[in-house]
Amino acid sequence: MEIHMALFTLNINGASQEVDVDPSTPLLYVLRNDLDLKGPRFGCGLAQCGACTAIIDGVAVRTCVTPVSAVTGNITTLEGLAQNGQLDPLQQAWIDEQVPQCGYCQNGQILNARVLLDNNPNPTDAEIRQGMEGVLCRCMSYYRIQAAIKRAASNSTASYIDAMASDTQEATS
Amino acid sequence: MRRKPSPFALPRIIEEAIRASIPATSRRDFLKTSGALVISAIPASKGLAQAASESAGPYPDPDYLELDTWIVIHPDNTATFFVGKTDGGQGTGTAFRQMMCDELDIAYDMTSLVMGTTDITPDQGGSGGSDAIEVDGWPMRRTAAEARRVLLELASDELGAPVAELTARKGIVSLTGNPSRSVTYADLIGGRRFDVSLTGRNINATTGIAEVKSAQDLEVIGQSIPRYDIPAKVDGSLTWAVDVKIPGMVHARNIRPPMAGAQLASVDESSVSGMPGFVAVVRRANYLAVVFEREEQAINGARALRAEWTPPAEAPFPSSDNLYDFIRSQEPVASSDPIVSGNPEAVLSSSEHVVEAEYEVPFQGHTAIGPAHAMADPSDGQMTIYSNDMKSYGLRNGVAEFLNMPRDKVRVVYMDGPQVYGRTAADDAGFEAAYLAHELGRPVRVQWMRDEETAWDTKGPAFTFKLRGSLDADNTLNALEYEARCLDYNHLWYNDPETVLIAQLMGIRSDEPARGSSPTPAVQYGIEHQRLAGHVVSLPMIWETPLRCGNLRDPNGPQVTYAFESFIDEMAAAANADPIEFRLKMIEESAEDARFRKVRSLATLRQAAETFGWDSRPSPNPNVAETSGPIASGRGVAYTHRNGTVVAVIAEAQVNKDTGRIFVNRLVCAHDCGLVINPANLKYTVECGMLHGLSRALWEEVKFDEEKVTSVDWASHPSMRHSDTPESIEVVIVNGDPNPDRPDMPHYGAGEASHKPMIAAIANAVYDATGVRLRRIPFRPDLVLEELLAQS
Repeated sequence: MEIHMALFTLNINGASQEVDVDPSTPLLYVLRNDLDLKGPRFGCGLAQCGACTAIIDGVAVRTCVTPVSAVTGNITTLEGLAQNGQLDPLQQAWIDEQVPQCGYCQNGQILNARVLLDNNPNPTDAEIRQGMEGVLCRCMSYYRIQAAIKRAASNSTASYIDAMASDTQEATS
Repeated sequence: MRRKPSPFALPRIIEEAIRASIPATSRRDFLKTSGALVISAIPASKGLAQAASESAGPYPDPDYLELDTWIVIHPDNTATFFVGKTDGGQGTGTAFRQMMCDELDIAYDMTSLVMGTTDITPDQGGSGGSDAIEVDGWPMRRTAAEARRVLLELASDELGAPVAELTARKGIVSLTGNPSRSVTYADLIGGRRFDVSLTGRNINATTGIAEVKSAQDLEVIGQSIPRYDIPAKVDGSLTWAVDVKIPGMVHARNIRPPMAGAQLASVDESSVSGMPGFVAVVRRANYLAVVFEREEQAINGARALRAEWTPPAEAPFPSSDNLYDFIRSQEPVASSDPIVSGNPEAVLSSSEHVVEAEYEVPFQGHTAIGPAHAMADPSDGQMTIYSNDMKSYGLRNGVAEFLNMPRDKVRVVYMDGPQVYGRTAADDAGFEAAYLAHELGRPVRVQWMRDEETAWDTKGPAFTFKLRGSLDADNTLNALEYEARCLDYNHLWYNDPETVLIAQLMGIRSDEPARGSSPTPAVQYGIEHQRLAGHVVSLPMIWETPLRCGNLRDPNGPQVTYAFESFIDEMAAAANADPIEFRLKMIEESAEDARFRKVRSLATLRQAAETFGWDSRPSPNPNVAETSGPIASGRGVAYTHRNGTVVAVIAEAQVNKDTGRIFVNRLVCAHDCGLVINPANLKYTVECGMLHGLSRALWEEVKFDEEKVTSVDWASHPSMRHSDTPESIEVVIVNGDPNPDRPDMPHYGAGEASHKPMIAAIANAVYDATGVRLRRIPFRPDLVLEELLAQS
C-alpha cells in the first residue's frame, strides 16, 4: 500500500511546528503523539464528549474528528492557555473551586468555557448550561464547573480559603 | 498465595532517596534531596516514567513492617510518605498527607506523597469500597505517629532532655517553653533510615509503639487544604497514564467479537499487512488485536482487518426489552440465606392493608470518559505496566500469574486516569498490554475505543425486586418482605487472570464461576416482621460476553437502595404519613446500634430535613391537582448507610408532564462520616457522588439485542449533561455521635455513600410531584411520559 505522507506546518501555542504525517490523521494524534502535548485527550473519537478539544482561531474544535490537513490558523491547547506564566482566569477559577474529580475531561471543559466567555463575558446560568452542554464529565463535576465559570466571569477575587471558611462549619446535633 | 516479602527489602525509591541525599552517590534522581519538590514535579516532567524505565528490576515488595517503607525524612527537613493506595480524583491523596502530617508533626507543604506503585509503596491493595479513609488511613496515622516517637527519642538524646519535656512542631523538636534549644527532623535523621520495625498481622493492623493523637489534638486534619493534584490537572502539565511514551513503543487496538460468544473462524492478515506502519496481527483463540507503529494506523488497521466469526448456536442473552421477564422466569443459581425476623408471612396474609410493588433496574456501566488503556514495557526481561488501575497491586499479581512470570519481575506504576469507580476495564487493558508486549518484545500501548468501552466494560448487574409490606391499625409498617433477583452470576473480581476479558477470549475458564451476590438493604429500621431474601440468576451465556458484571460504585447499593427506599416511601404514602417522620419512627424502633448508627441516622435525617426546610406532610404534594401548566414540583428523601457512614439526601424535582423530562433543581445531603479530614474535599466528593447517582437515575441503561450491546456511544448511551445540573446543592457535614467530642472519633468513607440513595430520592420526588411512582430505571423523558400516561 502506498504511504501518503505530507508535511504540515502547524501554529501551536504561539510556536510554529512541522509534522510529516498522513493527511487524514486526526489532529488529536498529531498533537498528542507527534508534538507531545498532554492537554487534548481521547474520549470518544466521535466528537461527542469534548475531551479532545483545542481552540483554533477562537473556535472550540473537536480534534478527534479533524484531519490535520484541514487545519489552518492558530491552535491553542490547554498548555497554551496561560500567558506569561499567569494562569488563565478560568484555570485559576478551576483551582479556586477545586473543580476536578479525576480531571480527565477538564481539558474540554476549560477550553470550551474559554470560548464561551470570549464570546459572552457575562453569561447567565442558562447560557452557561447551553454553552457547555456538549462537554461531558463522567465524575459529574458539572456543579463545580459551572461555579468556576461564574467565578471567572465575575472576576471574583475571593480566595479559595475564604470561600472554604464560610461553608465548612460543622452542623452537630 | 502471597509471597512473604523479604524482611530486609528496602523499597528502591527509598534506597534512591537515601542514596541521592548523599551527594554524587546516585545516578538516578527519582527522589532528590528535596523530595517535596521533585515528587510534585514528577507529573510535569518525564520523571516517573523515565525513572521507572531506567531501573531494570527485580521489583520486590516493600516491607510494610519497616517504618522506612512508609516515611522518608530528607536532609532539607521535608518528608515523603509512601502509601499503597490510589486516588481516583476524590482527593484521598491530599487527605492521606494531612493524616500523616498531623501524626508526624510536620507542616503539610513540607511533605509529598507517592501512591500505588507496586515496587515503591507498601501493598495496601489500591483503592475500593470508599474505605481509604475509614480503613487504610489508620496504618498511615500509626506509622507517622511511630516516626514522631522515634524522632522525639533521638531529640531527647540530642537535647539532653526527657521526651516529656519536648515539643514537636512543623518538623522541629524543641524544649517545651524554650524554643531556642531545638533540633530539626532533618538534623536527627534526614537522609538516613529509621531502621525501626513495626508489628501487625496484616497491613491494616500495622503499628509501632506510639499511639495516635486524640481528635482534639489534630490540627492539619479538619482543614480544607486544596488538593495538590488539581493545578497540574488544569494547566495541562500532568503526565497521565495515557501520556506515557517509551522509545520503540507501538500501538495496539483490539478487535472484539461482533456478537457475544462468536468464534473467530479466520483472519486475513493480508488485509492489513500492507498498510503503513503494520507491525503484527496477534490472535489467540478469540482474542484478536492489531499492532501498528502509529496510533491512527492502528485504528485504521483495526477497521480494515478482515475476520470471519461464527455466531454462537444460541442467543447469548435476551434483548434488553425482554430483560425483566427473563430475570423473573429464571431459576436462581444461588440464593443467600434470607434474613427473617418474626412471622412476616402470617402478618401479611392477615393484614387488611398490604402494599406490593416491583422495581426493575437495568445493567449500567462504568463507561469511563476516557476508554480503558495501559502501556506495558517488557524491557530487560521484566514487565512494567503504566496504568490508572485503582488496584495496581492486583494488576501486578494477576499479570504475573497470567504471563507465568515471577511476581518480582512485574510491576505496575500507578498514574492518574479517567474515573475508576470499581472494577473497570482498566484491568482488562492492563492484561492486554502486558500480553502483547510479552509476545512482541516491544513496549505496547493498548487503547480501547469508545464503542468497545461502552459495550464491553464491566457492568453493574441488572435487578428485579419484589416488595410487600403491611400497615397495622396505627399505620406502622409491621411486616415487610423483600426479594431481589440479581443478574450477577460469574461476577468478575479484580484483575483475576482467569476471568479478565483477554483470558476469557483465549478460552480460559475458572473452575467455578463466582456466584455473584444479591444483597439486602442497608438501613436502620426496626420492623417487627421481616423477610429479606436475595437470589442470583444467570444469563444463558456467561463467558466472552459484554454483559459481564463487576463492582460499580458501591456494587449493588444504588440498585437495592432505589427499590427499598422507594418502597418505604410507598408505605409512608399508604400510611398517609410524612416520609421523614415515617422513617424516623422506624429508626427509633431499631434495636441495632453498631457504631452508634441508630442515633447518627436520626441526626442525619433530621439535619437533612432542617437544611432543606422540609414541611411535614404526606406525599404526593396536595397541590398536584391544582398545578397549572406542565411543570409539577416535588421533594423526595432517601436514607442509607455505607460501612460507617450515614447519609440522607433530599431531592427537589420538577417534572414536565408534557414531555416527561425531569429536572432535579435542588439537592440536600446530610452526611455523617465521623471525623472529617478535609471538609471542602469531602463536600465536593459527596456532590459528585450524588450527581453520578442522578445520572444513573435519569439516563443510564445498557441496551442490547439478542447478539450484542447496542448502546455504544454517548448518543446511544446518554449520560448526565450540564443542563441536568441542579441549581443548588447543599452538603451538610453531620457529627451525630452521642459523644461528638470523643477523642477516638473514627473517620469513615465518602463517595459511594452519597451515590447510593440518590436514585430513590429522585423517584420519591417525582412521586411527590406527580403522584406517579417510577418503578423502573432510568427515568428518561420517553419512559417517564409513558408512566405518567399509564398511571394517571
